Amino acid sequence: MAVSILASLLGLTNGSEDQMQLAFEEVTRRRTPVRQATHLKMSAPIRYYYDLMSQPSRALLIIFRLSNMPFEDCVVALRNGEHLTDDYKREINRFQRVPCIHDNGYKLAESVAILRYLSAKGKIPEHLYPKYFVDQSRIDEFLEWQHMTLRLTCAMYFRTVWLEPLLTGKTPTEAKIEVMRMHMERNLDVVEEVWLEGKDFLTGNSLTVADIFAACEIEQTRMADYDVRIKYPKIRAWLKRVRQSCNPHYDVAHEFVYKISGTGPQAKL
Amino acid sequence: MSKSIKYYYDFLSQPSRALWIGMKLSKTPFEDCPVALRKQEQLTDEYKTINRFQKVPAIVDGNFQLGESVSIVRYLSDKGLFSEQLYPKSVEGRARVDEFLEWQHLNVRLVCSLLFRSAWLLPAKGLAPPPKPEVVQKLIKDVEANLGLVERIWLEKDFLIGDKLTVADIFGASEINQMKLCQYNVSEKKFPKVAKWLERVRDATNPYHDEAHAFVYKASKQKASAKI
Repeated sequence: MAVSILASLLGLTNGSEDQMQLAFEEVTRRRTPVRQATHLKMSAPIRYYYDLMSQPSRALLIIFRLSNMPFEDCVVALRNGEHLTDDYKREINRFQRVPCIHDNGYKLAESVAILRYLSAKGKIPEHLYPKYFVDQSRIDEFLEWQHMTLRLTCAMYFRTVWLEPLLTGKTPTEAKIEVMRMHMERNLDVVEEVWLEGKDFLTGNSLTVADIFAACEIEQTRMADYDVRIKYPKIRAWLKRVRQSCNPHYDVAHEFVYKISGTGPQAKL
Repeated sequence: MSKSIKYYYDFLSQPSRALWIGMKLSKTPFEDCPVALRKQEQLTDEYKTINRFQKVPAIVDGNFQLGESVSIVRYLSDKGLFSEQLYPKSVEGRARVDEFLEWQHLNVRLVCSLLFRSAWLLPAKGLAPPPKPEVVQKLIKDVEANLGLVERIWLEKDFLIGDKLTVADIFGASEINQMKLCQYNVSEKKFPKVAKWLERVRDATNPYHDEAHAFVYKASKQKASAKI
């Protein structure tokens, strides 16, 4: 398994392929500016560095918008390698990734750490990420669980089927795709059978940040032509609920994913 | 008197060791509930009622069950049962530790466990033949790319998050120590800061460090101080 590549999962250094570039340009043109800076307070709004190609970037964008949190939009074009410059490393994020934030000079990376920081600062509503520690730990359990399971295997599938061929021009073998699919489905099984057992959302009967992070990881596989809805009826119904609960922000965040995969919710089949 | 928290763990598991050391240093009252992974006790139906994901570590606090080591640290901390030095309560201080705890999953933890699985666990259990040298080389390359990040980015000071030990150090070191089982030792030449930091973490967390790592040291047939 190409692990070193995983570390640069979001590092599309030479992703200037036509398909991707065209899709991106179209989305960029259509997207309305999301600058929501408030000038009521003296302190500057949080600067949010992200790219919609990154799953956790999308998740945080949806969360911020659902939270009505003012932030300054700082798009980092991964496809142009903007995160790999020395300036980005020195000034923005020493790990050269997205997402990250700057809060009046305080720099923070890692989506889950950012979420907790902003929650502790009172920026995230309690229904999305509870403040009472017992309730919060239920969401934390999912956020910690996902890294080495759902996130890793969906990302590897996406990488093997979509990203690597784009970067190298080589098609993966059927056997390799099959192994990646097996790993991913082992975790989708857990989402279907354990996390979604007897409830509408992952950690209870209402939407939380856990659902948003998970949905963004699963949506990424659309671009690799994987349709999670075929084998997983509970995930299918849950994804609909998540999208409904998050819209219009969900569709804004996934515009690029819909465009590239050609499988948006309104796509004509 | 309320019943103490039940702690389900195995010292072969990196996060199990880290959490155990963290709780010992914090004087968290807990009841020892070892789960022998080598006997696959985590896969029994009985254990499934403790942790539905059938993994260690996990805790049961009264009727409340929780898995995932990092979420357990946060739960214990908010319950006032975990050292504030190890896991800060201030928003900014905590976020710095969280940044590492979230970062490590797909970095240090992933690459160290892949090497451990391939070069020790699967062959030891007879589930796979010993890996080919080129496979091991590739896995080591990934490990060292991450050790390089720890060396160059995280270890600006004596510990990962500053001048003092936090749970970030305990979790990070536990992942790296796991590779002793497959005879991988951090080279003082290649990673001088990481090698010194591992010793520092050991000193700062002993005697619990050595107790939690007893199996790792024994199974790798080398003393804690052995260097290659």
